[in-house]
Amino acid sequence: MALLECENLRKSFFGVEVLHGVSFSLDRGRVLGLVGENGSGKSTTMNILGGVLPRDGGRIRLEGADYDPRGPKDALAGGIAFIHQELNLFENLSIEENLFITGFPRLGGALPFINRGRMRRRARELLEQVDIRHPPGTPVGSLSQGERQLVEIAKALSVDAKVIIFDEPTTSLTRREADRLFGIIERLRRRGIAMIYISHVLADVTRICDDITVLRDGAVVGGGPAAQMPTERMISLMVGRTLDQLFPERTCTPTATPVLEVRGVSQPGVVHEIDLTLHAGEVLGIAGLMGAGRSELARILFGLDSFHSGSIAVDGTVIENPNPRTCMEHGMAFLTEDRRGEGLMMHATITDNIALASLDEYASPWARFIERTRLGDEVGRIGQKVRLRAADPVAALARSLSGGNQQKVVLAKWLLRNPKVFILDEPTRGIDVGAKFEIYKIIDTLVAGGAGVLMISSEMEELMGLCDRILVMNHGEIQAEYSRGEFDSGRILEAAMKRKASVATPGAIAEKVA
Amino acid sequence: MNTVRLRLALLRNAPVALFIVVLAVFGSLSDRFLDVQNFTNILIQASHIAILGIGMTFVLLTAGIDLSVGAVMYLSVALLGIYLADASPILAVPAMMAVGALFGLVNAFFVVRLRVAAFIVTLATLFIGRGLALWVTETRMVFYKDQVLSLARAEFLGVPWAIWVFAIVFAVAWIVLNHTPFGRQVYAVGENPDAAAKAGINVPLVLTTVYAMSGACAGIAGFVSITQVGAAASSFAMEKEFAAVAASVLGGVSLFGGRGGVAGTVFGAVLIQTVQNGLVIVNADPYIYPLVTSSIIFVAVFVDSQRSRILERLGRRRIRIEERPV
Repeated sequence: MALLECENLRKSFFGVEVLHGVSFSLDRGRVLGLVGENGSGKSTTMNILGGVLPRDGGRIRLEGADYDPRGPKDALAGGIAFIHQELNLFENLSIEENLFITGFPRLGGALPFINRGRMRRRARELLEQVDIRHPPGTPVGSLSQGERQLVEIAKALSVDAKVIIFDEPTTSLTRREADRLFGIIERLRRRGIAMIYISHVLADVTRICDDITVLRDGAVVGGGPAAQMPTERMISLMVGRTLDQLFPERTCTPTATPVLEVRGVSQPGVVHEIDLTLHAGEVLGIAGLMGAGRSELARILFGLDSFHSGSIAVDGTVIENPNPRTCMEHGMAFLTEDRRGEGLMMHATITDNIALASLDEYASPWARFIERTRLGDEVGRIGQKVRLRAADPVAALARSLSGGNQQKVVLAKWLLRNPKVFILDEPTRGIDVGAKFEIYKIIDTLVAGGAGVLMISSEMEELMGLCDRILVMNHGEIQAEYSRGEFDSGRILEAAMKRKASVATPGAIAEKVA
Repeated sequence: MNTVRLRLALLRNAPVALFIVVLAVFGSLSDRFLDVQNFTNILIQASHIAILGIGMTFVLLTAGIDLSVGAVMYLSVALLGIYLADASPILAVPAMMAVGALFGLVNAFFVVRLRVAAFIVTLATLFIGRGLALWVTETRMVFYKDQVLSLARAEFLGVPWAIWVFAIVFAVAWIVLNHTPFGRQVYAVGENPDAAAKAGINVPLVLTTVYAMSGACAGIAGFVSITQVGAAASSFAMEKEFAAVAASVLGGVSLFGGRGGVAGTVFGAVLIQTVQNGLVIVNADPYIYPLVTSSIIFVAVFVDSQRSRILERLGRRRIRIEERPV
């Protein structure tokens, strides 16, 4: 009998099913690798197991008994520990306090005082099992990322976890820390603990896992013993999709005129030696995994975050003091990945949202009052251009719109300024297929009008269907570059997942396009 | 990296440096200032602010704030003078703590259940509390009887009564914060409420308790204060909430939650009172008092925000690992 069995797990968000019946099983002392692209359903599945999300259908059995966690605490009590990518540790507390935060040993067993001596002894035992040599009283804030991960594992051991789930445990670890983690995983396996290991680093998955399950679009598309799953097979299973007519015909080709030139932009710990050139009439895609530094690069380009060295130029003019204001004055526009939080004022009207970035242009000459009529006309015109659909295209509140129409409002806000460079971060996230198509058409219109679009997306087919060129980012560097015609999802994914290879400098980008 | 750590250490010790400067300046201006008797006075005068600040510390540690404490002081003192004028302190103090805790529970209801910002809730209850107190006193001055007033001069083992209360409240709070599961959970909730909930901590209960404790401390502070003042006018304990916040922040309690402790708060309260006392002793222009106190508070808040900024920068998630520090 398997230790953990998941049968036909289903989950929907807002009426859209994202898990279409996921099944797998796990035995004692085995490590199961779970791989798949962003959005393939890995995290949703694990959140169900870890009690973070309720499931809509299917069945989970733990040691033969039905398992139905109502919260993370339930899951932990049942023996399933979830080590999240973002660690759940309290930096202001010591290691031992983090280990026992919900179950401190008490003086006399029941008095309301912490038994410090006993806590320290038990913490020492646990830390020894994960090879941490620091005294248990060390504040977690002074530990390295790798050590914090080990503290989380010790925490799982403190409650006698039978199953430990690792979600991308190595993203912020150095190679040496990762090797240390793998050593511990090996040791736990020998103790009979079962583990689920989620990672984009396929080489690691092959190395430490006994079995591998591949997810795509919320369903299991393949699996088997790790020995029979070479990396190429995993990748082909992960992407295995065909492009159909989801994208509008592109109506223009890139010119040789650069509109955005980025040279050697570096920020320690974030991005390294970023070189890229965006041309008028070009859609330049940036592919990469979550945490590859794409959004961080976008924020740097738009002057939201600082950078250490390098230069950014629009239309041949280097932006001297990059901040959102100067970047906008040079003709940049930035659509953030967080539409609700950063892109829109959700409780304001469509007009107020669209006008926000151009209020100065609509102020009267002397008193600087806003010229409402002129503004209203212009907003109406732009709204039509982006085919905004709302009950009241002027006064409806942003939060009353659908995701697609909200995104059109954000685009309209920038269109009002006639920018030359659009930086779009995940422009179609959380938008239905029909609205996506319209966003693609708007993007095509933008470049046909002579602007350049830099588009970050986690949806591979979207990049391949729309872009003239695709840059692949990995570890804050540009890892590879592909032109239309040589797009190949397998190769792009491979470049995105490669662990720390030599930097592929996209040298003569301008020549290639010209 | 090392220069960052160094700056952090400097910021952490800035209040101590400030204290030494204050001692040196007033000590050189007056020979009475460095007298032992004067320091006993400072401790007595600081006691109600310190007690108020200790309660405030619990709230601040959870990244909340309680602006109603001054009003609670006045309300509990007013109720004491009107309804329990003949009661002995043994009964009066618990009764005042109960009034404060009840008030704290009202704050907690709005903050925890209805999720209104603590700043707004307690700003409103500040006015409600003072309003209630003015209503029960009919805006008249309240006077107290001998069993209360005699405590101003009472001593036990040669130590003034107010300092005993101060010390006991501090000891209890220190043990609760450092040696009980609840105390450590207060720190966890302040650092990261989401992670605390995920770890299975009863976050609403922790938050409710800290507001009740802050209210109870305000009740005690009211009693200690009235033994010294002797009568409660309508301006009693006015703006004490700011002194309490200032004492905590000066002592290293972060307004952003999770950092600091009650020992720091006591230090902060003593520092503020030392400055006040020094200004009196050197006969400074009374109009200058608020300016000096407010600049000290400004320094404290500035130091706190600088420290948080540096900590945030240190904690930012890395995308790539630079093999050698750049």
